[in-house]
Amino acid sequence: MDLRFGIQLGIIGLTFFMLINASALLVLAERKIMGFMQQRYGPYLVGPHGLLQPLADILKLLMKEELRPKGADKWLFTLAPILSVTAAFAAFATVPWGGETTFFGLLDTPVKLGVADINVGLLVVFAITSMGVYGIVLAGWASNSKYSLMGGLRASAQMISYELAYATSLAAVILLAGSLSLREVVDTQAGTWFGFIPRWLVFLQPVGFIIYVIAGVAETNRAPFDFPEAEQELVAGYNTEYSSVRFALFPQAEYINMATMSAVATDLYLGGWHGIPLLDTYGLSWVTFLLKVGAILFTYIWMRWTLPRYRYDQLMAFGWKFLFPLSVINLIVTAALVLYFNA
Amino acid sequence: MPEVVTFYLLAGIAVVASALVIGQRNPMYSVMFLIVAFAALAGLYIQLDAPFVAVAQIIIYAGAIMVLFLFVVMLLNAPQEDGAEWDRTHPLRRAGIGRFGAMLAGVLILELAYALMKVNGLGAAVGSQANATTVSSVREMGKVLFSRHAFAFEATSVLILVAMVGAVVLARREGES
Amino acid sequence: MIPLSSYLIVSAVLFAIGTAGVFLRRNLITILLSVEIMLNAVNLTFVAFGRYRGDVDGQIITFFVMTVAAAEAAVGLALIIALFRHRESLNPDAFTSLKW
Repeated sequence: MDLRFGIQLGIIGLTFFMLINASALLVLAERKIMGFMQQRYGPYLVGPHGLLQPLADILKLLMKEELRPKGADKWLFTLAPILSVTAAFAAFATVPWGGETTFFGLLDTPVKLGVADINVGLLVVFAITSMGVYGIVLAGWASNSKYSLMGGLRASAQMISYELAYATSLAAVILLAGSLSLREVVDTQAGTWFGFIPRWLVFLQPVGFIIYVIAGVAETNRAPFDFPEAEQELVAGYNTEYSSVRFALFPQAEYINMATMSAVATDLYLGGWHGIPLLDTYGLSWVTFLLKVGAILFTYIWMRWTLPRYRYDQLMAFGWKFLFPLSVINLIVTAALVLYFNA
Repeated sequence: MPEVVTFYLLAGIAVVASALVIGQRNPMYSVMFLIVAFAALAGLYIQLDAPFVAVAQIIIYAGAIMVLFLFVVMLLNAPQEDGAEWDRTHPLRRAGIGRFGAMLAGVLILELAYALMKVNGLGAAVGSQANATTVSSVREMGKVLFSRHAFAFEATSVLILVAMVGAVVLARREGES
Repeated sequence: MIPLSSYLIVSAVLFAIGTAGVFLRRNLITILLSVEIMLNAVNLTFVAFGRYRGDVDGQIITFFVMTVAAAEAAVGLALIIALFRHRESLNPDAFTSLKW
């Protein structure tokens, strides 16, 4: 009993460590990929090929002065980034990131790689992501500045609007997989059809996958839906008045949200950690998972530096008038097809 | 034993947070404390083998309704009661006989708690382990919801539609088309 | 194991707090928040009794209560916005023009 408890704690710590490193590496990845797309090197001076750049960034941010505007609400100004980053980390709690492994025979019984496996796991991810709205809206309000307030309100309105399309595309996946637990959804995607097409849900739900990715990009306030924090428009929006550590928590929350969205997309649509049978036998299925998540994250960054930004009213119209009806139609068609083929 | 500890912890947080909700001058802080109370209640639902209700509580109450409240408080720049009025209406700071009301309310709650503890049959433990899985299964809930309560479900959808339209109409400025 | 009466006592205390908020506060938004506290107390009672009886009906009712609470909060807040535009005040004592 004690050993398993210790192992579970170890996996929780490993997941946490992984997420923190993910946010640091994403900072670097974004700047390098942005650089290469703009035909220049990204940062390459700090460490080999710029690999220690995130360390330099974080050190710089930590040493800046902690400012708080005079009229800012004392408690909520500090609470907002804490809420943002807590929700970002907590949302990864029910996301499994690997199959069962014994760590090359070190353990007697295989352990599942993932913090927790709750039977309503998918809804837990959704619930905690919707709590992330509070960080932004409180940051906007507590800064006591008109640009921040506008940015905060717009960002949170955008996030709650795209939650509808997000949830409805999730409903279609739940219909196909028959369970709310993310690990079970992944396990229904093991195996292949006709011997070579993997049984991923993206082949059954192509429209749903695209809707999910678009809604995920809008949820995390990433381009082309990043109007609320666009530097050119709103002077950095809701985090205008923040500096140093409180500021550093906001982009960290954003990158971890990105990572969570990509991880959930991989689990739901791209088959999770299934796909390369060779790695599965050695208990290295999490490598497949990381490759797929990396591909989606690359697409995120690619989208940011290629596509122009949506104007705010175009963004809201797109979410309400196009994406949400499309996801409802997707759900209805999926339900009809499931009924037809199971009858 | 650990579940008794979690029960008292969560129940305590819920009660204290709710008491703080009604005791704040600034409505923004009230909303924040209510979110804490909702999170504690979600924990209590999980302890009652109702994970779907717990998650629905977070999604609907803490994630949507409270955001709506927050928007309204921020957009209206909600004024709070000023000092004199606060002293007049605060239950523990009224002059003289006014404080007696709060004591009476406290005595009433204690009586109610005592009565609930003494009623026959309510002392049994909540739920046996036998039907824990059926009660907590979403599949079971779906079956009952869409078969026996299908009419109420459809009526709820009409209710939400009416509420949406009504809210938009009520909050419109006069003179707009 | 936790007896059913414990859950009912918590629910009763929450309901009493909500009622106190509705009676004592002079701010429309806080009154609406107290109504939400009362609805949550009722939800807790339903789920506790549902678990006690061993079936899923308690959770179904909470599903409906939550939906109704959401609809009511939306319409109530729209009313508050409309009222605030008229009198620039959130004090219910400012809206007593129908009293004789």
